[in-house]
Amino acid sequence: MAWWKKSEKKARQPRRERLEIPADVWEKCEACGHTDIREKFERNLNVCPNCDYHRRIRAADYCNLMLDDGSMEELEVELRSTDPLGFPDYPARLKKAITNAGDTDALLACTGMLDSLPVNIGVMDFAFMGGSMGSVVGEKIARLGVRSLERKYPLIVVSASGGARMQEGVLSLMQMGKVSAVLAQLAERRIPYISILTNPTTGGVSASYAMLGDAIIAEPGAVIGFAGPRVIKQTLGQDLPEGFQTSEFLLDHGMLDSVVHRRNLKRTVSQLLRHMSGRPAATGWAAS
Amino acid sequence: MGTSVTLEFEKPIVELEKQIDELKRLAGGQQLDVDQEIEPLQKKLAELRDEIYKNLSPWQRVQVARSAKRPFTLDYLQLVFTDFIELHGDRAFREDAAIVGGWARLEGETVMVIGHQRGRDTKEILKRNFGMPHPEGYRKALRLMKLAEKFHVPVITFIDTMGAWAGLGAEERGQSEAIARNLFEMSRLEVPIIATVIGEGGSGGALALGIADRTNMLENAVYSVITVEGCAAILWKDGKSQEMREKAAAALRITAQDLLELRVIDEIIPEPPGGAHANHETTAQAVHDTLARQIEELRRYKPDKLVRRRREKFLRMGQFLE
Ligand SMILES: [Zn+2]
Repeated sequence: MAWWKKSEKKARQPRRERLEIPADVWEKCEACGHTDIREKFERNLNVCPNCDYHRRIRAADYCNLMLDDGSMEELEVELRSTDPLGFPDYPARLKKAITNAGDTDALLACTGMLDSLPVNIGVMDFAFMGGSMGSVVGEKIARLGVRSLERKYPLIVVSASGGARMQEGVLSLMQMGKVSAVLAQLAERRIPYISILTNPTTGGVSASYAMLGDAIIAEPGAVIGFAGPRVIKQTLGQDLPEGFQTSEFLLDHGMLDSVVHRRNLKRTVSQLLRHMSGRPAATGWAAS
Repeated sequence: MGTSVTLEFEKPIVELEKQIDELKRLAGGQQLDVDQEIEPLQKKLAELRDEIYKNLSPWQRVQVARSAKRPFTLDYLQLVFTDFIELHGDRAFREDAAIVGGWARLEGETVMVIGHQRGRDTKEILKRNFGMPHPEGYRKALRLMKLAEKFHVPVITFIDTMGAWAGLGAEERGQSEAIARNLFEMSRLEVPIIATVIGEGGSGGALALGIADRTNMLENAVYSVITVEGCAAILWKDGKSQEMREKAAAALRITAQDLLELRVIDEIIPEPPGGAHANHETTAQAVHDTLARQIEELRRYKPDKLVRRRREKFLRMGQFLE
């Protein structure tokens, strides 16, 4: 796992001091309640060491995880959301999101090397307004796609989104059409596109680029669907079956190629891309 | 979901219509000449319709767009086209009656017509599932589009849905994938596509018939990323009150005029005074004329240019700072 940026290893501390670790160093698994020191979660890529629950990580974390050390370059850094409809409170919400989550909006666009293959990668960031897709998200993916067309680089998109950004109204909806149109061009030019679904991938994102990959893979336990579970529960008037709309459910129903543990994401994508671009198998991965 | 009850703001119109009908009935029965009395009333009715429909709020437009009295896809098929033969099924799972489609002729030339279909009475509403398709509906639509492409025939779609159906089966059979696939394939279909929003254009379920060379909206149609009720419920925890619905409808900018200004649609098709439901024939004539003209315009482009222009059009959509 040389590609994972390990946090600096701290010297082992004497037992007396370890008992006095401040409270904010501890992390608790949202799924099973398992408590462990943060470093242990981080070393495990924020997957619970006890129950394998894939905790939410940031867009930059996925880039670090997928791209070779030192190869990552951020693209389209100047794009900013505006308020095309004059929607109530939207400018304030944007400002807050930028303060809390940074200024890449809900998608981090990067180029870099994945296992020595040049790729373009877009990663949605749920921390920015629930990963909602507005004009900036659509435009960034479209430009990544155009860049892939020009350079013949494979495109990868990691999704994490509740859907379209309401505050940009029908313009958000049209981003589904925009990105799908670019993906059709990639397909015609036989440039691979891989879609990775993380928790959650719903609404307009799932109903466009998330479901259009030459390969579609998902992290375990992610909620994936068109309508959110709450809406379906409402129309149904009863509780949803256990495991409904999870990655594993979608795999069973033929909607995904594979459910892949976070620690195997890079290797899986590398393997897929090498098959689809006529390159030899990678060296360095343990045969499996 | 389609309602036949009179809309609140239309009550003065309905009252006046009743008065006129009553006068006519009396006159017919007793051979009286009431023209002199009816004429000013009819003039007043026209003015009233004009007045009310000119000043509709966005939320009122949503109600008009959803009205079951408006012409539906099958009505346009009867009034605008000839020689319609319906085609059924997605060849994979089942027939979905929330979308209808088939071969038809527009001014004698063969076209493929595909549209959401709502119902007017309970039985029909259930059969059409409120005009909210399952994945099969979208897959049938795509099958028909590919069929049209195979025989070099233009595709004409009518959009009239609150959205794609949210349910267990729809999710199990890949509602997301079905919609996504349509967006993808429509963006590269090598025949002209003209989409017209005739009622409500609700989110992805509408867009799945909406990647087109020309997009029209009827004057009182709406087109939105989310239902007004859904937006109000999420943002203000209140999808039910009139006040919040008005607020959400206005904030989302969903009227035909809004979409023209946002450069999402190309044309607004005017409705007669009192809305499309006041006169199906006049509305259909306006739709017919627009479609016939646009098909002529689009015939100029060779397939590759047509597709390139369609893609460029969608690539331009959206607003951001740079
Ligand atoms: Zn756990």
